[in-house]
Amino acid sequence: MRALARVGAVRAAVVVLLAALAFGAVSSLVGEYRDLQLADGAYYFAALIGLSVLIGFGGKISLGHGAFMAVGAYAVALLVADEHWPLVGALAAATAVSALVGAVLGAAASRLQGPYLAGVTLTLAVALPQIGNRFPETLGGENGLVIDPPAPPSFLGSSFPPQRYLAWIAGLGALAALFFIYNMTRSGAGRALRAVRDDEVAAALCGCHVGRTQTVAFVLSAACAGLGGGLATVVLQLAQPGAFPLELSLRIFAAAVIGGVGSLWGAFWAAALLVLLPNWSHDIAQSLSLSGNVAANLPLAIYGVMLIVAMLLWPGGIQAGLRQLSGLLKRAYSSRHSVTQSNPAK
Amino acid sequence: MTQFIDLTLSGISNGAIYAAVALALVLIWRATRIVNFAQGAMLMITTYIAAALVEAGNPYWLALVVAVAAGLVFGALTELVLIRRVESAPPINAVIVTLGLLVFLEALAGMIWSDTPRAFPAAFSIQGYEVGHTRILFSPNSTFIVCVVALVALALGALFRYTSLGLKLRAAAFAPEVARLLGVRVGRMFTIGWALAAGVGALAGALVAPSTFVGPSNFDPILIFAFTAAVLGGLESPLGAIVGGVLIGLVLSYVSGYEGEALAPLAALAMLLLTLMLRPTGIFAASRERRV
Amino acid sequence: MLEVQDLVCEYGAIRALDGVSLQAAAGSVTAVLGANGAGKTTLLRAISGLKRPRAGRVALDGREITAAGVEEIVRLGLLHVPEGRGVIAELTVAENLRLGALARGARRGDGIEAIYELFPPLRARRSEPAASLSGGERQMLSIGRALMAAPKALLLDEPSLGLAPLIVAQIMGLVRELCEERRIAVLLVEQNARSALSIADHALVLDLGHVVASETPEQLAREHELLHAYLGY
Ligand SMILES: Nc1ncnc2c1ncn2[C@@H]1O[C@H](COP(=O)(O)OP(=O)(O)OP(=O)(O)O)[C@@H](O)[C@H]1O
Ligand SMILES: [Mg+2]
Repeated sequence: MRALARVGAVRAAVVVLLAALAFGAVSSLVGEYRDLQLADGAYYFAALIGLSVLIGFGGKISLGHGAFMAVGAYAVALLVADEHWPLVGALAAATAVSALVGAVLGAAASRLQGPYLAGVTLTLAVALPQIGNRFPETLGGENGLVIDPPAPPSFLGSSFPPQRYLAWIAGLGALAALFFIYNMTRSGAGRALRAVRDDEVAAALCGCHVGRTQTVAFVLSAACAGLGGGLATVVLQLAQPGAFPLELSLRIFAAAVIGGVGSLWGAFWAAALLVLLPNWSHDIAQSLSLSGNVAANLPLAIYGVMLIVAMLLWPGGIQAGLRQLSGLLKRAYSSRHSVTQSNPAK
Repeated sequence: MTQFIDLTLSGISNGAIYAAVALALVLIWRATRIVNFAQGAMLMITTYIAAALVEAGNPYWLALVVAVAAGLVFGALTELVLIRRVESAPPINAVIVTLGLLVFLEALAGMIWSDTPRAFPAAFSIQGYEVGHTRILFSPNSTFIVCVVALVALALGALFRYTSLGLKLRAAAFAPEVARLLGVRVGRMFTIGWALAAGVGALAGALVAPSTFVGPSNFDPILIFAFTAAVLGGLESPLGAIVGGVLIGLVLSYVSGYEGEALAPLAALAMLLLTLMLRPTGIFAASRERRV
Repeated sequence: MLEVQDLVCEYGAIRALDGVSLQAAAGSVTAVLGANGAGKTTLLRAISGLKRPRAGRVALDGREITAAGVEEIVRLGLLHVPEGRGVIAELTVAENLRLGALARGARRGDGIEAIYELFPPLRARRSEPAASLSGGERQMLSIGRALMAAPKALLLDEPSLGLAPLIVAQIMGLVRELCEERRIAVLLVEQNARSALSIADHALVLDLGHVVASETPEQLAREHELLHAYLGY
């Protein structure tokens, strides 16, 4: 069993390493603007990956991942600006704090069936960003908190672009989240989660702790979102209530579903969508010379329509869709094999 | 002391609104086992329609009636066009569809009416009554709100309890297949349930709009307060929704009065978590079925 | 008169009914017997429109209802009392009964008194939720509710399930009486072959979707091997 776990960890490490190489290569090829986009994509990815697993493997909906990002963002801002913590420590603390908030909510909500987790997290998404306004002395009110931009260390050379350094920090954080979640999905916990999603009663009869399994998944996803929020503070050097409206939570949720939940690639596409859709819709609005109101709301409208269309065209559900797809792939794989095997017989 | 009384009074009139929206959520939950997260956005759209009518110079009452009628149609269409197609799918799909609708409607409203909130008139004066020498935080319009919501609740109660339609609606909600075997057109009952719910929601939207203003995301808090109220009341029980709504209205009024408005959503979250931990079936949970 | 011809029903690859035919005349009881999974429930669901048959036809009083919707079939006077009784636990006894009257298009609960006469225990409990009823009372309620619709044909799915022998005998006696008095064509699905045969005019034995016997109860009673093989006597 332990050997198996070690194999899993090695595999996760390989995946992360490959991702790191790809990220580094892309980042050294592109300019400053793209570097910032990469940084955005990286912190979104960190926030998305846990959510994707929660929805896809856990069958649970969270609308509060924007709020968890806010928790992480403010934690980093406070620790770096006021307490002068090093970045790594602050990011780790941000992850831990959001995990804690997630644990409180998850303990209450994931024991329960149905719409409760969605409702609770929706409430969180509305409630939490308001706290910044309530305590302006510590949290900076509307204006939020500002931190100094991290300076690239000297061994990278004096000409190293600061944007690229930001992208690398965010990228490392995203890779940490990837490692975390990849390991979890391959472990017993991941299997238990899927078993619980498919049939809570049966899973409980087989000795899975239904509530605990789902709470763990929820807490992990909240932790990753907190990390994402902390990275966002580093990239933007700012944490403010206006950056984490309910709309952010809804956008993250929509992107996760559209990107394809329950897979790490799904989270990747979702992050890409979050970064690129505003640009695309800006271009569309310009080429169609849409009015300002229409242009400003175009991305959101696209998310809404895509969510609905995805569900209507795919009525078997995300889970069934995924299973269908993997079934198809498996069949394609095995038919190729059976062809090669049956050939000699003929 | 006067502040406490004021907060209590304004809590009751806000609570009536939350109760009405909670009632809408409960109606849909009972009929189709879906929490309609788009409820707040749907009533936002109908309230915008009313606001546009008022701005065009029409009388308030006409706008109110049109808003409710639009709500009825909107609810029915939503069920027919969207929800019916995901009925046989896992419940998570229906929830995602309502969320997609929420996102889309908010964007749509921003496109048509811009993101800047606009004012909406009240039916009656919003100046508080004068008692002795002080003005209390309860106005003729508050009286109107409380009375309308109470009337609607009573009317719905009577509909469900005493009419054949109500009986069929309940049968379809509780046991769709058995209801079909007794000739009830279950699909049509679901459509009617959604229509009624959205109509009640539209009414609540028009009633609350003078104090929240009309903007694409201005009714998000109303939705979460109503959800909290519905969970507090048990999600199954219309009476629970009403009581839960008033309770939430009171608690939020005290919290905003004494601690600041920014903490009201957080207080709702705390009540939600407490309810789910201490009594997940709500205060008005139906008695357990006897097993035979 | 209920007629079924060559009915075929499938769940995916499983063929639950494979060419079942039967005729149930008004005022007679037809018993449908068979082991678990024989296809009895499927037969009733296909007749009442809950399950689309793959092939075959169903007719009520000469009128084809094979493709009709459940609601329409109910309106034509065919009532299906499902397995597990199907009382609506959240509604009161009286409301359950009123629902039956709505099925025949009656506005109010007329005829409810007659049902209370037939099933006196229901009268005492009429304003209590059906959830509080005992198993026997629930069976009375679901049969009473179907009677409120003044049915021409009545499909009963295992009415004896989980009831004490005395109650079973009572219910069977009542079904026989009602069937004759009101000229109802009754299709009675049962595991409890003995009590079903005691009131049946005709008996059908199903096995894996096939009719393996269709004869009078007396004939069936003589075929010990058949009874043993399919019904465990
Ligand atoms: N919804 C369904 N999906 C798939 N297969 C089904 C379904 N319902 C019934 N079946 C299958 O059809 C066959 C007949 O089932 P049916 O319920 O008609 O049997 P039955 O005679 O009523 O049994 P019992 O006495 O246990 O009630 C069985 O093999 C059963 O597994
Ligand atoms: Mg059966």
